[in-house]
Amino acid sequence: MMGINKNAVQVMAEIVSNKKVGAYNHIVFSVGDIANHAKPGNFVAIAVGGANSAMVLRRAFAIYRTFDKGNSGGLLEIVVAPHGAGSTWLTNQAPGFKVDLIAPLGTAFGIPTQPVRALLVGGGYGSAPLFGLSEVLKNRGCRVDMVLGASTAMKIYAPLDGKRSVNSLTIVTEDGTTGLTGKVTDVLGDIIETNEIDIIYSCGPMGMLEAINQISSNFGVVHQCAIEESMACGIGVCMTCVLPIKGEDGVVRMLRSCIDGPVVDGDTVIWNSKRTIPDGTWGAH
Amino acid sequence: MFNFETSLGQASFANPIFTASGCAGSGRELSQFFELTELGAVVTKSIMLKPRSGRATPRMAETPSGMLNSIGLQGPGIDIFLEKDIPWLRDQGANIVVSIAGESVEDYAVLARKLRSVSGISALEVNISCPNVENRGQVFACHPETARAAIEAVRRNIGGELPIIAKLTPDVTSIAMIAEEVVAAGADALALINTVLGMVIDTNTMRPKLAGKTGGLSGPAIRPVAVRAIYQVHEAMPQVKILGMGGVATGRDAFELILAGASAVSIGTATFGNPTAVMKIKEELKAGLIAHGFDSLKEAVGYAHRVEGNL
Repeated sequence: MMGINKNAVQVMAEIVSNKKVGAYNHIVFSVGDIANHAKPGNFVAIAVGGANSAMVLRRAFAIYRTFDKGNSGGLLEIVVAPHGAGSTWLTNQAPGFKVDLIAPLGTAFGIPTQPVRALLVGGGYGSAPLFGLSEVLKNRGCRVDMVLGASTAMKIYAPLDGKRSVNSLTIVTEDGTTGLTGKVTDVLGDIIETNEIDIIYSCGPMGMLEAINQISSNFGVVHQCAIEESMACGIGVCMTCVLPIKGEDGVVRMLRSCIDGPVVDGDTVIWNSKRTIPDGTWGAH
Repeated sequence: MFNFETSLGQASFANPIFTASGCAGSGRELSQFFELTELGAVVTKSIMLKPRSGRATPRMAETPSGMLNSIGLQGPGIDIFLEKDIPWLRDQGANIVVSIAGESVEDYAVLARKLRSVSGISALEVNISCPNVENRGQVFACHPETARAAIEAVRRNIGGELPIIAKLTPDVTSIAMIAEEVVAAGADALALINTVLGMVIDTNTMRPKLAGKTGGLSGPAIRPVAVRAIYQVHEAMPQVKILGMGGVATGRDAFELILAGASAVSIGTATFGNPTAVMKIKEELKAGLIAHGFDSLKEAVGYAHRVEGNL
């Protein structure tokens, strides 16, 4: 069993910028030294609603990217979809406001030691952490192809500088308002074959991750994905965000997605196990 | 000099702010945010005899000023816990209260025997808000006879001086009556209250949101229930020490439970929202007690019960 991210600290972080981008908000926080320790795949947990809020739990967001600004302090950026009361509250906060933030949390995407051919797949705002990952991979000499999908054009998050960090970008929307019409999984097979992909990195809804894992397994390609499950604390003490994951010893355990994840090897996840404990899980009875 | 010390049974603690079982694991994660020695005690997650996967997900739903959880006592089992968690906690210098849970009266007896000779433990919290497999899954703490049987099993097997703190559910007609039963059965102190049974239905899927359907409600939403339960039990048995809990998020809230009759206060859900909540609450409580003119914590315990006319 893994421990909490050793670099995780709690800070009051000032909002430096908060801008609407399509269906999302791009928010930048001043976080000091945290920026030097966050890795692509890590997440932040932010208290929402202000003092005396009826929302007692933190909200978790994947880190989009971080910047070390030297003496002026580090910056941490996230992309927020305002779909619940907590995320909506956060998108309504103006620059200058300070939030209670804990970061970096969770596991990071594994970076290959050799230059490999990587395919990054993002669903909706799940694309955000992939741009920071893309930069790291490019610096290691990797070829990076990216596929982004969403229901509609407004929900594709692909900033200009992010687009520049990849060798190819394929966009797919279900309603065809931009890019190809369909789902990300419609195009993965061709790209894996044509570009001789060695590894897939993905972030997005669980259903999408499961479908990608089916494809990666068929092609025998390694798949690292950022999973999600309802989370109360984000720091490993509440045991709500668990998923059945197979360990190196072959035993399936209910592991915390905030500590042993969010980034896991897709082949170790027992997919489609919502509302059930898979047979043979450690301690099941 | 303000005296923050407190006691439960024969066990003494430097201050009255504890973690709540199931809300701090075994302290490892929180130790990244503060020194565990700053706590009155770490109350560990209720441990059972065998490894346990817990329930399926979703296990959690946020509710107004609270949350519903249905973890199902996921844990490694007592043997791994004693091998890995207790030595680590001892090395931290933490004051340790071990919480145990069983599915049968015999489970409680075996757990007590396994803990009897373990050094470095201050007290045992006996979580009897668990389904009893020998009694159609009825919760031990909901019936006087089963509550009594579980505590008696621990009392008979624990030996020595380790205080037993019986943790009760508020989901009963008379919590004072259950409290009297478990004290008669050998409990030295009481932990009040466990979560309140609740349910959330997802109006999109139109089904219960949690895989386990029902869950335990915690957080500030249940604080008045905790205050009431503590007040009633302290009134019935003022000599029995109470570890109070239920929605404490500030020093003012902890003070409220102390006024009702709690000698120590566990912090649970507030830790999920803020890992350093316990430290903040401890400081706020101390400042509040001093501001109200108390020279010691002990003077404030049950102070809300003083007769009319007294200051």
